[in-house]
Amino acid sequence: MTVNQVQDAIADEFSVFDDWMDKYNLLIDMGKDLPAIDPKFKMKDFLIEGCQSKVWLHPEFRENRVFFTADSDAIITKGIVGLLIRVLSGRTPDEIISAELWFIDKIGLKQNLSPTRSNGLLSMVRQMKLYAMAYKATGSR
Amino acid sequence: MKDITHIRADFPILKTKVYGKPLVYFDNGATTQKPQCVIDTVSDVFTSYNANIHRGIHSLSDKASEEYEKAREKVRSFINAGKREEIVFTSGATSSINAVAFSFGERFIENGDEIIISHLEHHANIVPWQMMCERRGAKLKVIPINDNGEIILGEYYKLLSFKTKLVAIAQVSNALGIILPVKEIIEAAHSANVPVLVDGAQGVQHGVTDVCAFDCDFYVFSGHKIYGPTGIGVLYGKEKWLAELPPYQGGGDMVENVTFEKTTYNELPFKFEAGTMNFPGAIGLGTALDYLLSLGRENIAAREKELLDYATNRLSGIEGLHIYGGSPFKISTISFLLNNIHQYDTGMILDKLGIAVRTGTHCAQPVMDRFGIDGTVRASMCFYNTIEEIEYLGTGIEKVISMFS
Repeated sequence: MTVNQVQDAIADEFSVFDDWMDKYNLLIDMGKDLPAIDPKFKMKDFLIEGCQSKVWLHPEFRENRVFFTADSDAIITKGIVGLLIRVLSGRTPDEIISAELWFIDKIGLKQNLSPTRSNGLLSMVRQMKLYAMAYKATGSR
Repeated sequence: MKDITHIRADFPILKTKVYGKPLVYFDNGATTQKPQCVIDTVSDVFTSYNANIHRGIHSLSDKASEEYEKAREKVRSFINAGKREEIVFTSGATSSINAVAFSFGERFIENGDEIIISHLEHHANIVPWQMMCERRGAKLKVIPINDNGEIILGEYYKLLSFKTKLVAIAQVSNALGIILPVKEIIEAAHSANVPVLVDGAQGVQHGVTDVCAFDCDFYVFSGHKIYGPTGIGVLYGKEKWLAELPPYQGGGDMVENVTFEKTTYNELPFKFEAGTMNFPGAIGLGTALDYLLSLGRENIAAREKELLDYATNRLSGIEGLHIYGGSPFKISTISFLLNNIHQYDTGMILDKLGIAVRTGTHCAQPVMDRFGIDGTVRASMCFYNTIEEIEYLGTGIEKVISMFS
């Protein structure tokens, strides 16, 4: 699936809910289902700054693709980072760098997860793109 | 006291809906809402007599200056300071503390001196002293707290020494809502000839504060936490101190005579009010204080005690809810965590229910460290809140628990 196809799929999943609580319940479920990060990566080097809750994001580069795993001490944040991983993990650096993440807006999270809410959504996206740029520049690590 | 329906009607924002639900505002520790009279006062400054103060010979400037000085008198009387010269307007409690830290440091602090603060302080009453200590080669000493969040007076007495040059403590802890034994702290400091600064940012709005009864040397608070506008604050200092301290900012209005060779400073309190002051804010603050006096400060304290007791009882009945700061000496603030649920998750869901609380470290990281946590949920209530709102919070918390379990 392309970046946009995954975003479409997420938008569909959220579109069945009108109520905020249901949307958050879905996010919570996604947070609980996020595959665990290797505990050895839950260290300061992989901690994303600018989040009220802690977020660890670990990148791995193989066969010209970036694979992300992540964790957070807050479940909603974990659900959000899980969505980002679904859209961006396992893609080439170029795909990640050029991805326009319109699903955030589409599922109605943008207003609630704006940078001022200190949830770190933007920091997470920025960090993912930075890793992609670094891998693109060096070719590997 | 006015009945609650009429009190709530004084605050237009309380009619707001959030996500279609009535706003339940429990973030009064961060900032309080404004009664219509304060909004009208500030608006009236700009519609009727906006002009720079202490400068013009024209009538608008006269009127603005007069109202500004009336506001100073209202502040003086509200905290029972001796003289209007002892009331300096600043931009907030933070800038008041920074002013004292700078000026007092320049004038009185030398290598090896010590400043005492408590473990309960807001960052605003920690960092300025650290900066001053670094500048002057002084040391910061910290009064520890017990598991209830109360400061340990015995340890404080041990910290006091001939090296101590200043004690700076909160009147009330912003993170836990605990009231500090300010009177005892000041008495002990004074018996060692040490002056005391009291950070009243979380105290002044919850009852009667009398700086003469405290006998504190400096007292600071913010306008926006006492139902006044943002960007205005107060620094009270005993005249003997303010007269001795050098100004911390230079500029217009704080001078008596300026030549390129030497400048002499204006008299108190203007020496500390450089540049154009936030006069609409000061005048608005004056109205806010009038409003509180019209409700009666004892009444406010009694009503908030009622809310605290009800909320403590309601919330501690929830399984898996832990309240931080078990001290009985508290303002109407409850800091808590739910078992295995991050404060951010709790806050997000409560927000969706229309309930505004604060989550995180509350600018008091050392307090969080003391309890080995990285934040709490803080519900800070005030006299315009209701028992029904507390019930709604209780139900909201129960919903959070069911969603995350």
